[in-house]
Amino acid sequence: MTRDNSIDKILLRVAEIMIQELKLEDVTPETFDPVIDLVDEVGIDSMDLATVALVIRDEYRIRIDEDDYPKLTSVQLISEYIERKLKEKAAEGAAV
Amino acid sequence: MKTVSSLLNPEWYERYKKISKLNIRSSIYDVTNRCNLRCKGCFFFSSNEHQAAPEENDIKRWEAFIDRETERGVNLAILIGGEPTLCLDRVEAFYKRLSTFCATNGLIKIPRDRFPDMMLGISLWGDEHDETVLRGKDTFRISSQNYEGDPHVYYLYTITPRQIGKTEGVIRKIKDVGLKVHMQLLSNDEGVSGFSWTPEQFDAIRAEMDAMLDAYPDTVISSKYYHEVITTGKMLGRSFGWNECPSVTQPLDHRSPPPKRLIEFIRWASDLHTMHRCCTSETRDCATCKDGAAHMSWVMVNKRAHVRTTRDLQNWIEVYEMFAKLYQFMPW
Ligand code: SF4
Ligand code: SF4
Repeated sequence: MTRDNSIDKILLRVAEIMIQELKLEDVTPETFDPVIDLVDEVGIDSMDLATVALVIRDEYRIRIDEDDYPKLTSVQLISEYIERKLKEKAAEGAAV
Repeated sequence: MKTVSSLLNPEWYERYKKISKLNIRSSIYDVTNRCNLRCKGCFFFSSNEHQAAPEENDIKRWEAFIDRETERGVNLAILIGGEPTLCLDRVEAFYKRLSTFCATNGLIKIPRDRFPDMMLGISLWGDEHDETVLRGKDTFRISSQNYEGDPHVYYLYTITPRQIGKTEGVIRKIKDVGLKVHMQLLSNDEGVSGFSWTPEQFDAIRAEMDAMLDAYPDTVISSKYYHEVITTGKMLGRSFGWNECPSVTQPLDHRSPPPKRLIEFIRWASDLHTMHRCCTSETRDCATCKDGAAHMSWVMVNKRAHVRTTRDLQNWIEVYEMFAKLYQFMPW
């Protein structure tokens, strides 16, 4: 079965991972504001990001460079990053 | 979901924004194994850390080492010892390369032309009597002459149970010489009789520290939440100790589950290879550890846990500001 990797699905899944891994309360994937600043507003830190990045890496089978962490400051930005990495991976696969 | 801006009014939000931009990455360096004092209860000597590794004497090696540290991302060097001012060339190698804080007993006056704005924390263990019992002399008499009115100096006042009821006299003396003070509590590593804390004494000193902050807000650099956390060993219902301590040397940290911790933190011995377990004594019992910096850092690394109520988040901001002032990331 192929996975639905549309940006909407990724957004929901990233929000869900955030909520589960960081034990966020009073929020669902559907109500999670995708543009809210995770560092300044939710208070997550680089350790939290590393935890989430590990789950995303395993689930989507993409590499997330540690140098990219500072750019991944919202669910939206993380989701777009995943989408871009998936496209790059698909393009590499197609080229082989 | 609680968010920062929903919990803070505009004034507090501005304060939060200022500190949230700081990305402090500290490590601690034993500059030398030697000291010009031998205080009872000094963790460095009582746990034989002065013999853990021979000192590196080649200044070129120190310089190359510090360059590697900056490449590793360290942006705050906390120099301890022994007594760092016995080796000013090493101190200068740090100072020229990154933000540097130097702990000292204040007996040697550093030349301000070489170190114009380096922050110094002068250790002080009480009034003349306790200083004489624990350190062999009244160091305040000398250090206050050396540094009177210096804007880049504060006293790091280690309070002992014997100081209960007497802290105001010490703080007033510090105020009178135009310096600041930060308070922490003695962990009685050498079991000196009469210097271990009881629960009642913790309650008493917490109330006294709060009162000093209220009475001398321009002299005392502190926060009531820090007083609460360090005297009770509790934060948001959690207990301080090995499982929670943020100040463990990262490459030696194999705790599972991993707690929130200082990123890339290492405490280096003066051979520049050996790492110590944590920011303080190798042999200290974590259950009774009262290290001030470790407690402060414990609060600081747990930001998200404090995004809970307005008061919790304000407490977190105050502790972070206190740390930022003590290490010169923001003005007094
Ligand atoms: S001055 Fe500091 S390093 Fe020296 S013996 Fe006293 S506590 Fe230890
Ligand atoms: S002795 Fe204190 S600072 Fe060191 S690991 Fe234990 S709790 Fe942390």
